[in-house]
Amino acid sequence: MRSGRLCGSLGRNVIAEDRDAKMDPFAYHRPESLADACERLGREGARILAGGTDLIPQLREARRRATHIVDVKLLPGCAAIAAGDDGGLVIGAAVPASVVARHPEILARYPALAAAAGMIGSLQVQNRATLGGNICNAAPSADAVPPLLVFDAQVTVSGRSGERRMPLEDVFAGPGRTNLEPGEVLTTIHLPPQAARSASHYLRFTPRREMDIAVVGVAARVACGADGLVSEARIALASVAPTPIRARGAEAALIGRGLDEGAIAEAARAAMAEARPISDTRASAEYRRALVEVLARRALAHCRDRLDEAFAGRAE
Amino acid sequence: MSRLMIEARVNGETVTALADPRDTLLDLLRDRLGLTGTKEGCGNGNCGSCTVLVDGEPVNACLMFAVEAPGREILTVEGLSRNGELTDLQRNLADSGGTQCGFCTPGIVLSATALLARNAAPSEADIRLAIAGNLCRCTGYDKIVRAIALTAEQRRR
Repeated sequence: MRSGRLCGSLGRNVIAEDRDAKMDPFAYHRPESLADACERLGREGARILAGGTDLIPQLREARRRATHIVDVKLLPGCAAIAAGDDGGLVIGAAVPASVVARHPEILARYPALAAAAGMIGSLQVQNRATLGGNICNAAPSADAVPPLLVFDAQVTVSGRSGERRMPLEDVFAGPGRTNLEPGEVLTTIHLPPQAARSASHYLRFTPRREMDIAVVGVAARVACGADGLVSEARIALASVAPTPIRARGAEAALIGRGLDEGAIAEAARAAMAEARPISDTRASAEYRRALVEVLARRALAHCRDRLDEAFAGRAE
Repeated sequence: MSRLMIEARVNGETVTALADPRDTLLDLLRDRLGLTGTKEGCGNGNCGSCTVLVDGEPVNACLMFAVEAPGREILTVEGLSRNGELTDLQRNLADSGGTQCGFCTPGIVLSATALLARNAAPSEADIRLAIAGNLCRCTGYDKIVRAIALTAEQRRR
């Protein structure tokens, strides 16, 4: 944090000088075709601009440099939410978080994602920040990512040599690093259709409710068969590994069982065992592990309650 | 780097300005257009002092480039009053002690304006959530929350 920022006109001069000293001049491009976008992104010093809520502070504070800024908000499909061919949903990478948080179909079918989108930053940030940016910044704490992982999201990535589709999980290489090639852009996120008897939830722990970063985040999704037993389970964790991760042992612990207290407790302990957090300024590793168990238990209990309600509703 | 001519809709008027591609919307408003009602606090999206409405939705003007403005309808605090008269919300904030040093006030006013446009009967929780991205270091927020609630109540009468 620089001095002088909070004091009116003095702050302005400081910032103007700072910017000239630190932020390299760049050319701004707003391509309307993927071919044009990929060509521009292949240039030295090119960076993607989606919502800008991370990129602009990074440029201002000279944590990143760019000579070409490529705005992807006009690319075909990037700003829209559409039905998928498989009955699922296709979300454009440049759709703002606030649109995701309020979208009726996402609220009804993918509630964990709507919940997470409504937790990112403030309303002001949610009106700019995008799902594609949340993914491609590759923060281990990205709130939208655990819900997308539990929905088995796939992403379409376009580059100069064409398009490829990959599981979201394969995008992440490490903190702040993805497996996208230079010149590639993530354009759409594909969510498969959901089983009729399924429920999902996302919970995170933060000292403050808004404008904070997940100390730990846990997403859960559970689907039940006609017998009421768990047929499919997904649990994904934020802020406990170099990338957002699935807790596959915890998922396996639920399959074929009723979603009772015993099964939930066992899965939550398994999720805790799979977390490999670090200690940092926001929490110790030990505290994070304890949080994983608590949040996994609560997220699964929430899923059980929603499933019970749905079952009771159908029985009436 | 050469400057760009930017044409934008600000407070219902079409305006043009020469801008640097690095200018944020906040730079455009304050330095190019002289609309200094919008304040710069942290400059990185945390404090909400620079909140303006873009197509009716609150946005941190420091987190948007000026070159992204064309085609969008931008509303700043200067665009709220009619013939120099404060809006009911602004009047209630002033009367109830919901503004002290005043630095956060333009941002609070715009966040609350967007809330009241969307929700005619907000709960206290709705109000607190709507201004969660606007830091105030003076009031302790209670008087701001009450002024917004009072405005909603008066408008429903």
